[in-house]
Amino acid sequence: MIELAGLHKSFGPKAVLRGVDLSVPKGTSTVIIGGSGTGKSVLLKCILGLVEPDAGTITVDGRPARQGDRDAFLTKFGMLFQGGALFDSMPVWQNVAFRLLRGTLKMPRAAAREVALDKLRRVGLGPEVADLYPAELSGGMQKRVSLARAIAAEPQIIFFDEPTTGLDPIMSGVINRLIREIVTEMGATALTITHDMSSVRAIADRVAMLHAGKIRWEGPVGDMDGATDPYLTQFISGSADGPIETLR
Amino acid sequence: MSVLTASFGTLGRQVLGTLAAIGRVTGFALRVLGHMLRPPYYPRELLTQLLAIGWYSLPVVGLTALFTGGALALQIYAGGARFNAEAVVPSIVAIGMARELGPVLGGLMVAGRVAAAIAAELGTMKVTEQIDALTTLSTNPMKFLAAPRVLAATLTVPLLVAVGDAIGIMGGWLVSTSRLGFNSAVYLQNTADFLQVWDVGSGLVKGAVFGFLVALMGCYHGMNSGRGAQGVGRATTNAVVSASVLILASNYLLTEAFFSA
Ligand SMILES: Nc1ncnc2c1ncn2[C@@H]1O[C@H](COP(=O)(O)OP(=O)(O)O)[C@@H](O)[C@H]1O
Ligand SMILES: [Mg+2]
Repeated sequence: MIELAGLHKSFGPKAVLRGVDLSVPKGTSTVIIGGSGTGKSVLLKCILGLVEPDAGTITVDGRPARQGDRDAFLTKFGMLFQGGALFDSMPVWQNVAFRLLRGTLKMPRAAAREVALDKLRRVGLGPEVADLYPAELSGGMQKRVSLARAIAAEPQIIFFDEPTTGLDPIMSGVINRLIREIVTEMGATALTITHDMSSVRAIADRVAMLHAGKIRWEGPVGDMDGATDPYLTQFISGSADGPIETLR
Repeated sequence: MSVLTASFGTLGRQVLGTLAAIGRVTGFALRVLGHMLRPPYYPRELLTQLLAIGWYSLPVVGLTALFTGGALALQIYAGGARFNAEAVVPSIVAIGMARELGPVLGGLMVAGRVAAAIAAELGTMKVTEQIDALTTLSTNPMKFLAAPRVLAATLTVPLLVAVGDAIGIMGGWLVSTSRLGFNSAVYLQNTADFLQVWDVGSGLVKGAVFGFLVALMGCYHGMNSGRGAQGVGRATTNAVVSASVLILASNYLLTEAFFSA
């Protein structure tokens, strides 16, 4: 269970988050939608402590995120960065197995490699990519490697920042199903950012829309289509006409 | 009056800004040292950096020393001739290389190569969120990235200086015996007789300090890089410039500490 209350974050004069309240129930899949540049990525980084919020509270499983053992806190999380953020000095399999090769989750190299190969297979990549370097892969392949890295240590809470951007429709379907499986089979809590409405329908238990620094609408995915909020309906229909400014 | 207060204001802000920067760099240095001493250690990273910083800097440092030793021999011969003191060439080449030119030129070459490479690599990692990714994978970037680089440079630059000293002296010998009519055996005997352990030792200590500063500047500017390609470019330039200036400044202070009577 992740709870955000009154989260504020500005970069210089630019107020990005202006009082975000959101709760993400344990073992469910929540999707955050919203225009690009509205601060969705910043929101995830605040929860992980990569960006220091100006105000507000973040609690994870009832405990404030900034207190206690940081290592134990981060071990609960997996994160897929929007840009992939693969380590380009390491081959693909070492990227995926990064956590399993050092620190508290360290295991023998051969075993870690096996886990990496298994996770790569789950994101639709064969063993032939294991020894390539990230720079040798296409953007979509890098994204999937990064996804494999995020789930490699089987964390309890996983953040996916635009997991299907840059993928073809079939590969998007594979990734959507994978995210769904991680939640239903492994019981993980997932928080996903996406612009892709077919992804939203495939992944989400709950949907939250971020607009103008606040959660504009939140509810179960089933209520989304019946909702009357003009901002939400404009976003879902992808119309250029509506209350959301197209100049931002 | 207002012009005066305004210019004092500007001066004051600049002084404060400089002091704040010194404070940040010092804090960064102390944190790196702390991470170097406390586990977990990353021996694989250290090994990679020993190779990248030490081994691959050998050609650059060796060539620099070779040409400098040769030029030094020519200059000292020409200068010495004014006092009929051409015989000082071997000893002054050796002392000059070991105490000053070996460490300083070696340090500056390493600054150009290593500080730039570290700043560009870490800056790119910062900009592409790889440093954030390290953190989320429960790995401290200071410990994983900065500590091995700073330790590797502190350990290897003295070795590079030692090699540079030897090659520089050899350059002087080469020029002296082939162009200036020195007898090879006498030249080498002279070098050995005059060169003292502390001449070399002080240069090695300088090398360690310079290595530390070079890697520290590379890491500091890289990890604090601004956004985008421009941010990385600026970080790289700042790393090389600040490392070079710090080398020359600390060289003066160390020389003062070691040799002023
Ligand atoms: N480190 C930063 N420094 C300054 N501005 C930032 C930083 N990170 C994000 N921003 C700004 O915050 C806003 C929201 O960014 P982001 O969360 O990436 O948007 P998105 O909703 O598309 O993920 C953008 O305008 C971006 O320029
Ligand atoms: Mg984003």
